[in-house]
Amino acid sequence: MSNNAADREVILSIRHVDISFDTGNKKKKFVAVKDANFDIYKGETFALVGESGSGKTTLGRAILRINPCSAGEILFEGKRISGKISKEEDRNVVRSIQMIFQDPAASLNERATIEYCVSEGLYNFHLYDSEEDRIAKVDKALIDVGLLPEHKSRYPHEFSGGQRQRVGIARAMIMDPKFIVADEPISALDVSIRAQVLNLMNKLQAEKQLTYLFIAHDLSVVRFIADRIAVIHLGRIVEIADSETLFEYPLHPYTVSLLSAVPMPDPVVERTRRHKVYDPSVLDQSGAPAEMREIRPGHFVLATENELPKYEARIKKLEEELAQRTQ
Amino acid sequence: MADERKIILSAKDVEVKFRVRDKYLTAIRGVSLDLFEGETFAIVGESASGKSVFTKTFTGMLESNGQISNGSVMFHGQDLTKLKTDKDWEGIRGAKISTVFQDPMTSLNPIRTIGSQITEVIEKHQKISKAEAKEQAIHIMERVGIPDAANRFDEYPFQYSGGMRQRIVIAIALSCHPEILICDEPTTALDVTIQAQIIGLIRDLQKELKFTTVYITHDLGVVANVADRVGVMYAGQIVEYGTVEEIFFEPQHPYTWALLSSLPQLGIKGHELSFITGTPPSLYSTIKGDAFAPRNPHALKIDFEEEPPYFKVSDTHYAKTWLLDPRAPKLEKPEVIQNLHEKIEKMTGKGGAFHVE
Repeated sequence: MSNNAADREVILSIRHVDISFDTGNKKKKFVAVKDANFDIYKGETFALVGESGSGKTTLGRAILRINPCSAGEILFEGKRISGKISKEEDRNVVRSIQMIFQDPAASLNERATIEYCVSEGLYNFHLYDSEEDRIAKVDKALIDVGLLPEHKSRYPHEFSGGQRQRVGIARAMIMDPKFIVADEPISALDVSIRAQVLNLMNKLQAEKQLTYLFIAHDLSVVRFIADRIAVIHLGRIVEIADSETLFEYPLHPYTVSLLSAVPMPDPVVERTRRHKVYDPSVLDQSGAPAEMREIRPGHFVLATENELPKYEARIKKLEEELAQRTQ
Repeated sequence: MADERKIILSAKDVEVKFRVRDKYLTAIRGVSLDLFEGETFAIVGESASGKSVFTKTFTGMLESNGQISNGSVMFHGQDLTKLKTDKDWEGIRGAKISTVFQDPMTSLNPIRTIGSQITEVIEKHQKISKAEAKEQAIHIMERVGIPDAANRFDEYPFQYSGGMRQRIVIAIALSCHPEILICDEPTTALDVTIQAQIIGLIRDLQKELKFTTVYITHDLGVVANVADRVGVMYAGQIVEYGTVEEIFFEPQHPYTWALLSSLPQLGIKGHELSFITGTPPSLYSTIKGDAFAPRNPHALKIDFEEEPPYFKVSDTHYAKTWLLDPRAPKLEKPEVIQNLHEKIEKMTGKGGAFHVE
């Protein structure tokens, strides 16, 4: 995959999006996402990482037209999909952009068979010619995610967590989407099952040229699956870079804090490793207000004018460390 | 070394059965464990491996259809399996052995103030005045890192964030100075950043208050941080136990290998992440041989026929796998987890992906 942004096709653009919610107080709005601005390229996995309440899910839902944007716009394949659009376009968006939810136990109707759960989208959009056609499509979707056609008649509770999440994926895939918002798809699963679901998502992406927006709170998972990563904190994106760069040159103190929170499977290393709690007071807030600045091609960090030399120095230092290591 | 340390709790051959629609499910199939005073023992395993059920026998909190059908749990000369009524458990559950549960959303009462939920426990076990109980409660709230504790005493759980709520659950569990604290997936419902804080908090409190911790989790990354010793649980049995270094650097059981290999921290981009195929066995029927055999790519013929005994690896390290039998073929552990320490050191060292200065 080329890293050169110029020759890659943009599938989704988030342009200076704000999302706010009404509070009890009419004069005050709660701003959940502020000035989100990035492009997602066709065929990539773009990860949005942050803690609870950072606005990552809100932004994902805005793409699916569930949360309206209060400013800015969202473009999908060059066409605006935020705000008022025609009914036909709305249907097209709902079909082309699908979601995989966090908790497969909660997102599947426990009183419906797997056949119904997976067919629901087909029913809603009349995407089948005949009953045989619908069943054939369901069978194929189940096989694609590693389940068997005979699982159709079962109910969600008869499956393990990993299998249920496969059903969740099958029901998104049957719509033949172009873009998938995966909202913490593995957080509710056991570690041993997480790997299966991640591998499956990778496989489906390669087969169907899908684009993923992968929402997560854990950088260790994202490192394995993402091409590019955006780190979001309290509604503001603080850093965007491709996956390797973000791990090699983490700049924003919040990114560093997230990295330090990943537990490493090594008792000796863990004994000396300390979690760095993010302290916003280390930021230099003087001068022009902080905005996303491209410090290296493709690597953006939320910074004020005054902070740029500091980040520049940090890159230099990390480059030296990396060079020493490869010697 | 181990012999000199005082055993605070000793479980022997514990077997737990649940009656489900006229059928019996054997959730715990003969588990023995000696818990040393002051240590942190981590129990690791997948969902439904029995790790929570096993520790519930220490506090008499099995669901009503469950029963301890065999074995004993000795604590201060008393067999806890003989205790029946809630009255019998008074003075032990919550006082000497307490539990921190997974989800602070469900373990706190949403319609009562935080303060009243802490003082309730203190008053119940200590027979002191309301004012004194409140004072103690505020003190313990401060101790678990609640800022402005006196003012937040009268707030409700919904006014607290997830991490703060879990701090309160810890405060309640510690309010009677228990000797053993059971942490049942205390950070699974929390973000990584909050997880790191809660783990740190439990560690600091343990240093200060000197209680013994049993830590239940499915995440080996967390185990490396908290544990002194580790027991790996599968299908109602501890299949391997040893010091934390032994489990991470010299694991012997194929199930431990599989758990370690599936950690996303060890994944390499562009390669398949290794995972465990299949699902754990049904516990309704008796299991023949090694319970992990059907999912084990290294399974031997005997694994399907006879249950392996514990083989001794070192004085502190035992594993229940036929691979340790002298007649078994010599197998290397999977490549991903070979030289684990060197790999992780590289990742966390200068220039590594998880390096933090």
